[in-house]
Amino acid sequence: MAEPLLSVRDLVVEFPTRRGTLRALDRVSFDIGEGEVLGMVGESGAGKSITGSAIIGLIDRPGRIAGGEIRLRGERIDTLPEDKLRRIRGKRIGMVFQDPLTSLNPLYTVAQQLIETIRTHLDVSEREARERAVALLDQVGIPAARRRIDDYPHHFSGGMRQRVVIALALAAEPELVIADEPTTALDVSVQAQIIDVLRDICADRGAAVMLITHDMGVIAETADRVAVLYAGRMAEIGPVRDVIKAAEHPYTSGLMGSIPTLAQTADRLTQIPGSMPRLDAIPQGCAFNPRCPRVMPHCRTDQPPLTPRAQGRQVACWLYAPAGAAHG
Amino acid sequence: MGEFIPEDRPNALRRAWDSDLAYSFRTSPVALVSGIVALTIILGAVLAPWVAPHNPFDPATLNLMEGFTPPMEPNAFTGNVFWLGTDNQGRDVFSTILYGARTSLFVGFMAVLFAMVLGITLGLTAGFRGGWVDGLLMRIADVQLTFPSILLALLIFGVARGFIPPALREALAIWVLIVAIGLSDWVQYARVVRGATMVEKNKEYVQAARVIGAHPVKILVRHILPNVMGPVLVIATIGLALAIIAEATLSFLGVGLPPTQPSLGTLIRIGQGFLFSGEWWILAFPAAALLALALSVNLLGDWLRDALNPRLR
Amino acid sequence: MADALVQVQGLTRYFDVSKPWLNRVIEREPKAYLTAVADVSFDIRRGETFALVGESGSGKSTIAKMIVGLLEPSDGRILFDGQPMTGTDGAAMRKLRRRFQMIFQDPFASLNPRWRVGEIIAEPIRTFGLASGAEMRREVGRLLEVVGLGARDAAKFPHEFSGGQRQRIAIARALSSRPEFIVCDEPTSALDVSVQAQILNLMRDLQDEFGLTYLFISHDLSVVRHMANRIGVLYLGRLAEVADGKRLFTEPRHPYSRMLLDAVPDLEMSGRRRKRVEGEIPNPIDPPPGCAFHPRCPLVADRCRREIPQPVARGDGMAACFAVEEGRG
Ligand SMILES: Nc1ncnc2c1ncn2[C@@H]1O[C@H](COP(=O)(O)OP(=O)(O)OP(=O)(O)O)[C@@H](O)[C@H]1O
Ligand SMILES: Nc1ncnc2c1ncn2[C@@H]1O[C@H](COP(=O)(O)OP(=O)(O)O)[C@@H](O)[C@H]1O
Ligand code: SF4
Ligand code: SF4
Ligand SMILES: [Mg+2]
Ligand SMILES: [Mg+2]
Repeated sequence: MAEPLLSVRDLVVEFPTRRGTLRALDRVSFDIGEGEVLGMVGESGAGKSITGSAIIGLIDRPGRIAGGEIRLRGERIDTLPEDKLRRIRGKRIGMVFQDPLTSLNPLYTVAQQLIETIRTHLDVSEREARERAVALLDQVGIPAARRRIDDYPHHFSGGMRQRVVIALALAAEPELVIADEPTTALDVSVQAQIIDVLRDICADRGAAVMLITHDMGVIAETADRVAVLYAGRMAEIGPVRDVIKAAEHPYTSGLMGSIPTLAQTADRLTQIPGSMPRLDAIPQGCAFNPRCPRVMPHCRTDQPPLTPRAQGRQVACWLYAPAGAAHG
Repeated sequence: MGEFIPEDRPNALRRAWDSDLAYSFRTSPVALVSGIVALTIILGAVLAPWVAPHNPFDPATLNLMEGFTPPMEPNAFTGNVFWLGTDNQGRDVFSTILYGARTSLFVGFMAVLFAMVLGITLGLTAGFRGGWVDGLLMRIADVQLTFPSILLALLIFGVARGFIPPALREALAIWVLIVAIGLSDWVQYARVVRGATMVEKNKEYVQAARVIGAHPVKILVRHILPNVMGPVLVIATIGLALAIIAEATLSFLGVGLPPTQPSLGTLIRIGQGFLFSGEWWILAFPAAALLALALSVNLLGDWLRDALNPRLR
Repeated sequence: MADALVQVQGLTRYFDVSKPWLNRVIEREPKAYLTAVADVSFDIRRGETFALVGESGSGKSTIAKMIVGLLEPSDGRILFDGQPMTGTDGAAMRKLRRRFQMIFQDPFASLNPRWRVGEIIAEPIRTFGLASGAEMRREVGRLLEVVGLGARDAAKFPHEFSGGQRQRIAIARALSSRPEFIVCDEPTSALDVSVQAQILNLMRDLQDEFGLTYLFISHDLSVVRHMANRIGVLYLGRLAEVADGKRLFTEPRHPYSRMLLDAVPDLEMSGRRRKRVEGEIPNPIDPPPGCAFHPRCPLVADRCRREIPQPVARGDGMAACFAVEEGRG
C-alpha cells in the first residue's frame, strides 16, 4: 500500500483538570489516503472535533497531545513548532467549521478575505488572486460570483456563507480539508447542496476530506470510508457500505438500528440502553461494555485492540480479536 | 419548597470546600491574599470595641499630653507606646482606624444593599415587562450615567440635607450618606439584571412555567431572580469597594460624616492638616488602611468575575 | 371533524420587526412586519400524533407557542376540545391549561438549573393543586420511574444528568398534570441518535399507556415518518400539504414536499440519483409574491407568480398548489 496522505497513530489527547487527567482521545489510529473522503462519526463528546483539532495543532490549553504521532506525507507534524504549523494550516490542510458566521470576518468583504488567504499561501499577483477567487466562488455555486465577491459576509444567507467558507478552505489548494460538522447548522435542503459541493469540488481538485459529523446519512452519501468513535476510542473503521450495511462492532450495529429511516416500517427503534460515559467515568476494559448486548467477562477488564478484518476493515471488539491481545 | 432535599447529603462545609468556586479561590494567590487582607480589616472593624487598645471616643481615656506621639516610640510624658502613634488629641491612631473602618464598612455595605435592592427590582421589572416601562427606566439610567456618580451623590446629599431639620442632621447624616451613595449606584445593577432577565425570560424553563399559567411575580422571583444573581454578586463586590471610596471622598470633602462619627475618610481629612507639620502618621495610616480595604475588595470582585464567568451554571 | 381534540382555524401571526421609532422617522421607513404564520388550519384527532415538518423559520415553533398560549395569534382561532382558547380566562382557562403541556427542544434550557429535579416535576402539580406533601412526593417518584429514572433522582440538580436523561425529566414534568395533549417542539433535535431512539420509543409507550395526543414538531423527515399518523408540511408560514403519514413518503403531492424528500440523505445507499435541490428559503420579511415556493419550483406556471394557492382537499389531506389543483403534478 502506498504511503497514506495522513497517518494518525495511537493518538492520545489529555486534559488535566483538578479532579484528575481526562483522556479525550485514547490511542486513536487511522489513515487518510490521497483524495479520499474519510467520515468520522460518533455521538457528541466522542472526540470527533478533538481529533480534527489535534491534526491541525489547535487543542485548547491546558489540553495536550500526550502520545502517538501524526504524519502528513510521512512528515511528523504533531511535534512541529507553532510557526511551522501555521504554514501547514490553511496551506496544506484547509478547515471548514460548523458555524459559517464565526469562520468569516464580518469586517472584510469576501473578496478581501479570499485574496488575502490566496496571497498568503501562493505567490500570485493581486489581480491573479482575484481571478482565482472569482473562479472559486463560481465553483462552490455562488451565482453571479463576480458581482457578489465584493459583498460582506452578512449579505449572504447561511448556506451561501458556508459555500464561501468552503471556498476559503480550498483557496490555497490544500491536500486535505478537515470539515467539522459543515452542515449541522443548515437546513436539510441546503445541507444537500453543501454536501454535493464539498464532494464534487474536492474530487475535482484531488483534495482528501476528513468529514466530521454525527449524521450517518451525510456520511453514507459522501464518504469512502468511515471511522466510528466512541468515548474517545476508535470502535470501527472501514468502507462506508460495509460498515453501514453490516456493522461488526456492537456499538455501530446498535447505532445503525437506532436511526429512523424513510423506508423504515418497524414500530420501535432498536435502542442502546444508557448513554456514552463522561470522560471522567469511562469504564474499565471495553468502554462500551455496560451497554453492550454481547458483553463477555473479559470485556470488563481488558481493552480490546483495533483488529484488522476483511476488506481493510478494523474493529475494536473482543468478538473479533484473539484472546490475550489486550491493548497496551 | 425544600421537599426534595436528600437526607443523606454531605455536610454543607464539605460541599462548600469541594465546590469549584472554593477551589478556584484556594488556588488563586491574588484571591487568597486579598481575601485575607479584607477579612482581617473587616473582622478588626466589626470587633473594634473588643480588640481596639483604646476607645477613641471615650473622653475619659484620652490624655492630651499623649498627643502627637510618633509610632512605636514611648510617649515623652507617660511612656506609653502606640503602634501607629496618636493624633493631636492623644487618640490612638490604630484604634481610630478600627472604629473608622467600622463606619466606612457599615456605610459601604448598606449603600450597596440599597443600590442592589433598588437596581434588582427595577432591572427585573424593566427586563420582564419590556415596552415603555423598560424604555423609561433605561432612559433614566442613561441620563444618570452621564453624571459622575460622586457628583450625583454630592447633589443628593446636599438636597436631602436641605429637607432635614438641623437638629436631626448629625444623627441622620449616616443614613443620608447611605441613600446618596446607593442612589448614585443602582444603575449598574439595574442594567445587568435587565440584560440577564431578558435572556432568562426567553429560556425554555420560563416558558414551561408560563405554559402552566404560573403567576408572573412567581416566575420573576422563583425562576428568574436566582439565575441572574451571579453577575449581581460580582458587581456588588466591586461596588462595595467603590462605595467605601465614595464615602471616603465625601467625608474628606467635609460633606459626609461629622468628626463625632469618623470614618476612614474623616480621619484622612483630619490627618492631612498635620502632614506638613511632620506628623505624617495621622494621615498615612488611615490612608493605607483605606487603600488596603478598597484594593483587596476590588481584587476579590475581579477574581469572582473571572471565577464565575466561564461557567455561569 | 367529529373527534378533533385540537382545531386550528386560519391561524396567523405577524411580528413587528420595525427598527426603533427614531430610526424609522429619520430613515423615513415604514413599519415592517414579518408574517411567521399565515392562514394555517388543521385538526388534531384524539389519540393521534400530528406532525409539523418544515425547515428553519417555517413557523413550526410559532404555531406551537400559539397553541399552548405562549403567543397571541394575530388572527384565527384555536379550539381545544371544542372550547376556544383565546378569550377564555380565569378558572375556565386554568382547567384547560391542566389538560395540555409542552416539551421543548433544548433539555439544557428547559429545566431551571437552580431547582432540584423533584421541584421541577412538582411545579405543575403544585400550580394546579393536584396533590401535596407525601402524596406529591410519591407522585414525583412514580413519574420518574415511568420515564425510566429513579425516585431518588428527585433530590438531584439538572446538571447531574445527561441530555437524554434531562429530556426524560422534562417528559415526567409534562406528564405530572395528567394532560391529554402534549406539544413536542423538536424534542429530540438536541440529542444523539442512540438517545433519540430511547426518547422516541418512550414517547410512543407513554402515548399507548396514557392515550396521549401529540403535536410533534420536527425538521427531520425520518423522525416524523417514524412517529406521525398525519403530517403537515410548512413552507414560509403556510401549510403546503397535509397528508397521511405513510402516503406523504410514497406519493408526495406538493412540489416542496418532493424536494424535501429528495434532500434527505440516503442511508440505504440505494444509489438513488436525486434531483438537485435548487435555491434557498427566501427572506420571510419580503417573501416572493404569489406562491412563496415559486422561485424554487420545477412546476412553476405564470399563475403561481401572482396568486396564492389555496388548500384543496385531496384524499385524507390537502395540498396548496396550482399544479396539484390543475392535475399537472
Ligand atoms: N419574537 C419574534 N419576533 C420577530 N420574528 C420572529 C419572532 N419569533 C419568530 N419570528 C420569525 O418567525 C418565523 C417563524 O419562526 P419559528 O420560530 O416559528 O420557526 P421554526 O419553524 O420553529 O424554525 P426552527 O426550525 O428554526 O425552530 C421566522 O422567520 C422567525 O424569524
Ligand atoms: N477545552 C477542553 N477542556 C476539557 N475537556 C474538553 C475540552 N474540549 C473538549 N473536551 C472534552 O473532550 C471530549 C471530546 O470533545 P469533542 O471532540 O469536542 O467531541 P465531539 O465528538 O462532539 O466533537 C468531550 O468529552 C469534551 O468534553
Ligand atoms: S469488546 Fe465486549 S463489551 Fe466491547 S463491544 Fe465487544 S463484545 Fe461488547
Ligand atoms: S403553486 Fe405553482 S409555484 Fe407553487 S408549488 Fe404549486 S406549482 Fe409550484
Ligand atoms: Mg464537535
Ligand atoms: Mg423552532
